Amino acid sequence: MTFMHLGKDFTPPDVEGKVTGDAKYVEDFQPEGLVYARLLTSPLPSGSIRSIDVSAALRMDGVLGVITADDLPPSNAPANPMLASSDITYVGQPILAVAAISDAIAENALDAVHVEYEYRAFVTDPLESLTEGGPNAYPDGNVLQQTNTLEDENATIRGGFGTIKWPASEIERLRNGEEPQNVDFADGWTYGELDAAFAESDIIVEESFVTAGTPHHCMEPRSAMANWENGKCYFYASTQSQSAVDEGLASMLGIEPENLCIISEYTGGGFGSKGSSYPIMGVCGHFARLLNRPLQLRITREEEYYIGVGRPGMQGWVKTGVRTDGTVAAIDVIIISDGGPTGRNSASSSAQHLSVVYTPSAMRLRNIPVFTNTAPRGAQRGPGQNEMSAAIAPIMDKSARQLGMDRAEFRKINAPHSESPVYETQGPLTSAFLAEAIDMASTMFNWTERETQTRSRNGNKVRGLGIGLGYHSAGGSGYDGLVRIDPTGKIFLHSGVGNLGTYSYADTTRAAAEVLQCNWDNCEILRGNTEQNLPHSSVQGGSNTIFTHTRTSWVAAEDAVNKLKEIAAMEFGGSVADYSIADERVFRTDDSSKGMSYGQAATKAVELGGKYNGEEYPDDIHPITQRAVQGIAGSGLIGVAKDNLPKRGIAPGLTVGMTEIEIDLETGKFEVLDYVAVSDCGTVIHPQGLSQQINGGAVWGIGMAATERHVYDPQNGLPANIGFYQAKLPTFLDVPATMQNAGVDIADPYNPAGGRGVGEPSQGCAVAALTSAISDALDGHLFNRVPVTADMIVNYSVENEQEAKMLALNTF
Amino acid sequence: MSLQLTRRRFIKGVIFSSAAAASGAGVYLASAQSRPNAAVERLLSLNINGRSRLVDVAPTETLAFTLRNKLGLTGLKVACNRGECGACTVLLDDVANYSCSVLTHTVKQYNISTVEGLRAADGTLSAVQQGFIEELSPQCGFCTPGQVMSATALLRANPSPTREEARQALAGNLCRCGAYDHYLNGVMRASELLS
Repeated sequence: MTFMHLGKDFTPPDVEGKVTGDAKYVEDFQPEGLVYARLLTSPLPSGSIRSIDVSAALRMDGVLGVITADDLPPSNAPANPMLASSDITYVGQPILAVAAISDAIAENALDAVHVEYEYRAFVTDPLESLTEGGPNAYPDGNVLQQTNTLEDENATIRGGFGTIKWPASEIERLRNGEEPQNVDFADGWTYGELDAAFAESDIIVEESFVTAGTPHHCMEPRSAMANWENGKCYFYASTQSQSAVDEGLASMLGIEPENLCIISEYTGGGFGSKGSSYPIMGVCGHFARLLNRPLQLRITREEEYYIGVGRPGMQGWVKTGVRTDGTVAAIDVIIISDGGPTGRNSASSSAQHLSVVYTPSAMRLRNIPVFTNTAPRGAQRGPGQNEMSAAIAPIMDKSARQLGMDRAEFRKINAPHSESPVYETQGPLTSAFLAEAIDMASTMFNWTERETQTRSRNGNKVRGLGIGLGYHSAGGSGYDGLVRIDPTGKIFLHSGVGNLGTYSYADTTRAAAEVLQCNWDNCEILRGNTEQNLPHSSVQGGSNTIFTHTRTSWVAAEDAVNKLKEIAAMEFGGSVADYSIADERVFRTDDSSKGMSYGQAATKAVELGGKYNGEEYPDDIHPITQRAVQGIAGSGLIGVAKDNLPKRGIAPGLTVGMTEIEIDLETGKFEVLDYVAVSDCGTVIHPQGLSQQINGGAVWGIGMAATERHVYDPQNGLPANIGFYQAKLPTFLDVPATMQNAGVDIADPYNPAGGRGVGEPSQGCAVAALTSAISDALDGHLFNRVPVTADMIVNYSVENEQEAKMLALNTF
Repeated sequence: MSLQLTRRRFIKGVIFSSAAAASGAGVYLASAQSRPNAAVERLLSLNINGRSRLVDVAPTETLAFTLRNKLGLTGLKVACNRGECGACTVLLDDVANYSCSVLTHTVKQYNISTVEGLRAADGTLSAVQQGFIEELSPQCGFCTPGQVMSATALLRANPSPTREEARQALAGNLCRCGAYDHYLNGVMRASELLS
């Protein structure tokens, strides 16, 4: 299908502000009368608060007030509270905030606050807590007994405390790559006949693995500003979602959503950590109301590492069974998750990654989310899927090598196609073309020829080739779309999607312009402020907006087109079927002179009222969208609809990456010489945006493979990573100056625009390609750990023991 | 110190006057608290984006703070406040500097350029700004003003850099979105626009 807008590059309207400095992020808003709040955070990893004395701080000139947990709604552990009430569960946990007439005074006042703590034993390594006699992160238990499933990975985990302990002998078995025996798990799932599938396997590989937790490193810390006017809260948020934050934040503030206006035109990175409302937002909103002033709660870089959540680490074991024809028969996996103090974990999505990209006939997951006194955890780009892709790639390479099979061919044989059953439910996909992506990447990379060549060695430098697969579900349904044509003929595309920097807010509105067959220059996107009357939209996360919101734009624009035709039929006779649109006119198909411009039709719509001008709207749209329509009713022709389009199962985002690296065995550093990635993300909606996501994901993959990790001091529980360089994200010099990418560009049949998402799998395929390449360069050696740091490579090359104990987490 | 404010006086000030916002008063109060007894020059004349600006500066104040909080030039961003990331990059006589790590008192003699000063008087974007737009260089945009300034410094010194030279020149500017490839495309496009 040839589109007039989709599939073409364009300049999203927010780019200019980014290059001129006009774009305003939270701390750039400095209204008259603004006051400043800063956090007092916990210096200890575990304990309780005995007393707080703020009298000296309150006596300081310029100090306006203090807020503590006593001023906030109660919170029940292990939910992450806005401010600690009694239990302290991590270093950096917010205890109170002080407001003053300047940021500097607020900061100075923190020194005058006196808190008495009671210390408690702490734990930073899940396996230590899981060992009999080991410390627990909470007095009430060491394991989250989760009570809700995480179909939406941004959803809050709910559950209570449980206690699971394993004999030291079984912990040792796990550390040694063996399956622990007769031990308890918190959760899990199974499909297929596991024993039978292993019985028919010819190659069985068993390995333990560990993936580090990683901070998000959003460039913009999660500062917030709130201002109350007559019971309504104007909240300036660093959030990757717009309308999806409404209800959560309103509930946190104890107000109805209609009394909340969220302003978030620009957000300096979220990567899952700002997907939905987060606790510190509540502190800002409540404090501003308490003081009745516009209040900015500034979060420092250091605090961002404390409260900015992070990816949970995993300690695990996996057993894979592969048949002689290369098909994967069975995968059995155990995942111990480092849930921090909230128990947040991605065990199920990690295992789902395996079920999708290797399509085993049978599979089992057994998992335990263990609490530790480390940073709270949340969703991070490809939560579960990406760290699992890193761990499994070299393990699958081992099977392919034992079979004597080309590693790309091995993956192609197992790649899902449109009829493959996936997940524990063995449900369907909307479509999948991963094999086609592997073919495209192989051609671009010249994989087959390069794979068969002997690896070159130049002094201390060895080269390796790697291939990796990335997967994430990439599309939802059931949200609303809203468009408006005003009497001048101008077209307004209302988007409740956030602005994380992927440009999907703009990409998806272009689907409406496509249906309206209108000039893009005549369209204006309304977004970034609740008062712009924005429809109910999904979280901007989970790689889902391209699929989800091209669909909502599509149905809203179709509703508008239908109304245009109805109005024209009233004027010129006949029925809707007799009319066409082009050049922003609606006209009789058999006589184009009988028609009217969009502006004339909109004028008519205003006169007609009812559904045409938004005075009436469909029953099934969300209350957020209802309010948005009420806000614009009477101002033009309104197209509004809920996305009730059919959708079969999971819409997958699938990506393959191929790389060549050179490792310096003396320094342990590796350089990425070449990187190619191809994504099966349906129809390419915005080529430059796709390139940004694939390349950006590759940079993230390099960070996960080489340098990024949480580290905690085992003596005092202090985090060692409270700056960019300490869990180092890649710089310009850590990534290739040029990377190649492409999209398969085959339409998904369950999206009229054809697209699916890509943001998350683009990291997964890159980190997997790198762990695969590292192993390839080192004669198939398996570190079974990410990141593979320079010292690990040096220790390997000089045959030293590795520094870290097997499966140790949160350590160097 | 004449600017010692009591909270009472401050609140009265906020209520009864529109004088220069509470935030400004707070800055002066904080300055007064940290000001040494010895006389320190206080009103500085700074040359910013070709204009002379008179500004009251505390001895410990960073250039990033002065520009953002005293002069309203919020284009530069403070992402780390410790010289790690480059989001606060400005030019001092065409040389890229981290403004979070420069004391305002040390830059009186320089021509200071911020991202707000790059547009021509008629609003035309600079070559770097235009190149970055055409190549869709930014993602979230928070590091972008810093990237723009580092690229501007590079092209003023070397209007025709190689991609590798551009990579080296921008290496002090972190981008968590990983838009490095597109930033380099933007620099090369800007170089073409200049030639």
